Amino acid sequence: MFQVRIHGRGGQGVVTAAEMLSIAAFEEGRHAQAFPSFGSERTGAPVVAFCRIADKEIRLREPIMEPDALIIQDPTLLHQVDVFAGLKRDGYVLINTNKTFEELGLSDFLKGWDPARLRTVSATDISIKCVGRPVPNVPLLGGFAAVSGIIRLESVIKAINDKFSGKVAEGNIAAATTAYNAVMRAMEAAKEGVAHA
Amino acid sequence: MLKQTEGSHAVAEAVALCRPEVICAYPISPQTHIVEGLGGMVKSGELKNCEFINVESEFAAMSVAIGSSAAGARTYTATASQGLLFMAEAVYNASGLGLPIVMTVANRAIGAPINIWNDHSDALSQRDSGWLQIFAETNQEALDLHIQAFRLGEELSLPVMVCMDGFILTHAYERVDVPTQEQVDAYLPPYEPRQVLDPADPVSIGAMVGPEAFMEVRYLAHAKQRQALERIPEYAAEFRAIFGRDSGGLVHTYRADDAETIVVAMGSVLGTIKDVVDEMRADGHKVGVLGITLFRPFPTAQVRDALQHAKRVVVLEKSLAVGSGGILATNVRAAISALPIDAYTVVAGLGGRAITKKSLHGLFRKAMQNDLEYLSFLDLNREVVDKQLAREKQMRRSGPIAENLLRDVGVVAAKIA
Repeated sequence: MFQVRIHGRGGQGVVTAAEMLSIAAFEEGRHAQAFPSFGSERTGAPVVAFCRIADKEIRLREPIMEPDALIIQDPTLLHQVDVFAGLKRDGYVLINTNKTFEELGLSDFLKGWDPARLRTVSATDISIKCVGRPVPNVPLLGGFAAVSGIIRLESVIKAINDKFSGKVAEGNIAAATTAYNAVMRAMEAAKEGVAHA
Repeated sequence: MLKQTEGSHAVAEAVALCRPEVICAYPISPQTHIVEGLGGMVKSGELKNCEFINVESEFAAMSVAIGSSAAGARTYTATASQGLLFMAEAVYNASGLGLPIVMTVANRAIGAPINIWNDHSDALSQRDSGWLQIFAETNQEALDLHIQAFRLGEELSLPVMVCMDGFILTHAYERVDVPTQEQVDAYLPPYEPRQVLDPADPVSIGAMVGPEAFMEVRYLAHAKQRQALERIPEYAAEFRAIFGRDSGGLVHTYRADDAETIVVAMGSVLGTIKDVVDEMRADGHKVGVLGITLFRPFPTAQVRDALQHAKRVVVLEKSLAVGSGGILATNVRAAISALPIDAYTVVAGLGGRAITKKSLHGLFRKAMQNDLEYLSFLDLNREVVDKQLAREKQMRRSGPIAENLLRDVGVVAAKIA
């Protein structure tokens, strides 16, 4: 079973992101369970949502306390919420930011971590450009498909078409694809860097 | 058709497939998405021959449901928590009059202190209301039980509450198999009321009954509920024949055949318990599960049969009879009272407290060592409780308890679970 925890703020589509991730996994014939943290959500308040992906029925109903992957939709949460709580060693971390892990002050904390699993993507910028609104959730799913390989970009696109239609769907597909490509490029660049070193 | 969808949406689709004629509801979390979904289907014309009535309160919702059901319409509503309490008087009337209304209760705690999260306090407060009460373990079962509820309720002329864990199920996206209209039509015949308000054939419904017959009317309510114990397995078997899967029934056991310790519970927590039991079985522990699907009428004989060979029983319930102990546990203890079985009541998950595998492992291991109290509270923060008790001893004006405890606990927004 693969467990993803998504952190963001009310209004950023945190719950929708988890739901769409579950739809993407379902589209690949897998079992998936998405659920919110059941808070009294308010715009701007910290929100957590969860998604489990497995090859058999998922019966477990506890919150995800030891995630295999984290998607952080708002880097300001790093100073407010213990977003890394329980993260498995060498788990995937995808952060919506223009900064690097070093600039975010996370280098020491994630020292020795597999660097291929630590990625950033400018999801807010991408969503403003493609969707016209700062909704980083969908481009982050595209980026997550790239970094984790757990789901395919085509499945994310199917999930987008399931949730949205018309221009909103088109914009989100463009955003997810842009983020996917950006993360893929960064990963390839990192690989080449290692090869040349 | 297999779909990845929200539990509330799955239930809305199931209810729509049952061809309801009147839906009356007042929104309250975590039930709201269900009736919003149905409202949308009525508006779009997807759900035909159905009137969606916005009402001003839950009391009005159940009152309208009583009226429409008495007029012969298949009637549905949904509520939770304070909403269920607010309609309580009409809830008793619906069953007393023998009107087969189906109502989803998206289980949620009751205040004060105000709390929107899941437990079973709301539905269990109405356990003696005369409604049938069925508890869903998964969203698939929630969907299926609504279809069975209309069939069962209309056959017996009794209202049915389908209980599903608020948020944990209502707001969870998971895989469900949504049946076709043909399947549901084959299972659920049109509503043929035993009594109906019809101007062409006038009757009155709701007579005042004095001491000369009141007891007999109430006895019949009891006798009719007990008939459900025979009907439900029949309807579950028919359901299997048409829909190709097991859903509903009275009780369900899991790895209980040779179990020395059996855990009894209701609702979605059964999934987490089964995962823990699998892990403990792998370590060689003889642990099993008894899931209670039907809470009212209580399947006493089936519970006794399922538990009779166990050495001990742990009843894990999301409810508390304040000043007494468990509610589910009281029913289970009565069922096994003649048997030499140790029984432990464990209150867990009140107000949305997460019930974790880790805590359940600890709990079941303690139970196997007979190291549990008659009544215990899973993951109770003793320190905070003792602090408040000390405060009350120290000073007269100790202040409001909820506010004191929140201060003692500190900021919780930063925690995951």
